[in-house]
Amino acid sequence: MNWLRTSIILLAAFLAVFAQAEFGWVRVWLGAQISLLPALMVYAAVSTDIVTISLLAVWGGLCADALSVNRLGVSVLPLFVIGLGLHRWRELLLRELTYAQLALGALASAAAPALTLLLLMSAGEHPLIGWSSFWQWMVMTGAGAALTPVCFWTLDRLPGFFAYQPEVSAAFRADREIKRGRS
Amino acid sequence: MARRSHYVALSLVLLLVVLVLSLPDQATVKFKLALSSLFLPLFGLAGSAQGLAEQAGNAAVPRRVLLEEAARLKLENQRLRLQAAEGEAAQRENARLRALLGWQSQNPLRLKAARVVGRDTANWWRSVRIDRGTRDGLKPDLPVLTAEGLVGRVGQVGFATAEVILVGDPKCRVSVVVRETGENGVLSARSSGVLDHRWVDLTHLPRNTALKPGQTVATSGLGGVFPPGIAVGTVVDSRSVGYGLYTEARVRLTVDSSRLSEVMVMLP
Repeated sequence: MNWLRTSIILLAAFLAVFAQAEFGWVRVWLGAQISLLPALMVYAAVSTDIVTISLLAVWGGLCADALSVNRLGVSVLPLFVIGLGLHRWRELLLRELTYAQLALGALASAAAPALTLLLLMSAGEHPLIGWSSFWQWMVMTGAGAALTPVCFWTLDRLPGFFAYQPEVSAAFRADREIKRGRS
Repeated sequence: MARRSHYVALSLVLLLVVLVLSLPDQATVKFKLALSSLFLPLFGLAGSAQGLAEQAGNAAVPRRVLLEEAARLKLENQRLRLQAAEGEAAQRENARLRALLGWQSQNPLRLKAARVVGRDTANWWRSVRIDRGTRDGLKPDLPVLTAEGLVGRVGQVGFATAEVILVGDPKCRVSVVVRETGENGVLSARSSGVLDHRWVDLTHLPRNTALKPGQTVATSGLGGVFPPGIAVGTVVDSRSVGYGLYTEARVRLTVDSSRLSEVMVMLP
């Protein structure tokens, strides 16, 4: 397990939740609040291990619920289910390709709010949903899809800033040189 | 082996979720407040940055604009002084009449100004977070308002921040009265108007109501949470529901909650 990468992902989740709460203009412009947590979960699911996925689901979900009227813990399970599902099939996913990242981001960003709402309503809550929620769901899906490649690009490069660069060795090795002719 | 670790992780997360969801309300509130307090430094930083940006913007305002603004404010100040004098006279008369009738005198409003530092992270609730908490004397269920009208009520209160449930959220129902007709009703969330946060439903109205568009709606004081007389919104239209047994109206809120930056909490 790469603790540096895990820490960076958890810090990113914390900052993403803060940005969601702080920058209300996104909601004013688009009519919907977008979430970066599903995109982060896609990255964690295809790039890290199950421990990081679990930590991200618990930490990100609890942070998001702490700044919301949501019941505490209700966002954890949807994030984890998405992460676990993608992690199980990660060998089949073409993580380097942008369109694959877009598709996975859209899938995760569509599933996360739907599962959370399902859980909320199962717990007897009455969230504010109607036909217009469909627009919010579409915005969340689209924004999540667009943000996933950004997540991949950023988080793939960030750990490199905190570690020594691997030494690039030349193919030529003096000790394995075949010397021909008479010496 | 990988599958086993997946099952272990799933079990642990499930256990944690069940545990957290089944916590008693008080413990959940404390846990939530502890978690949300981790964001305080970031909210503080964002507030300071915003303040600095405003100061920088103010420094760039031309002198001519400032002079015009000062002249406008002088006029407004004179008008408000006159209104205040009239209000004082009316207050004295009100106190005298109350004394004659033996009614209890009303206490003046105690308001605490607060800055909005955050909004709900989910799309299906309407709440904001303010930078006042128990250290400032806040308690759950206190009314929150602006000069335009009612904003909502205080929800969970931490040491330095508090959650405000806005009017239009399913968890904030307000007992109101239509000023022109005197009819009482209840303001509740409007599920079909999720995108337009300023539209709410006015329910529990009698069948033969005389509602007209443009009539004003204010808190009725019933229910005990909100004092009477705070402006809430205006009637847009009404329709009969339940095969003509009841009437429902659409109300446009006076306060635009999406642009809230400062609010006032009414202390007891």
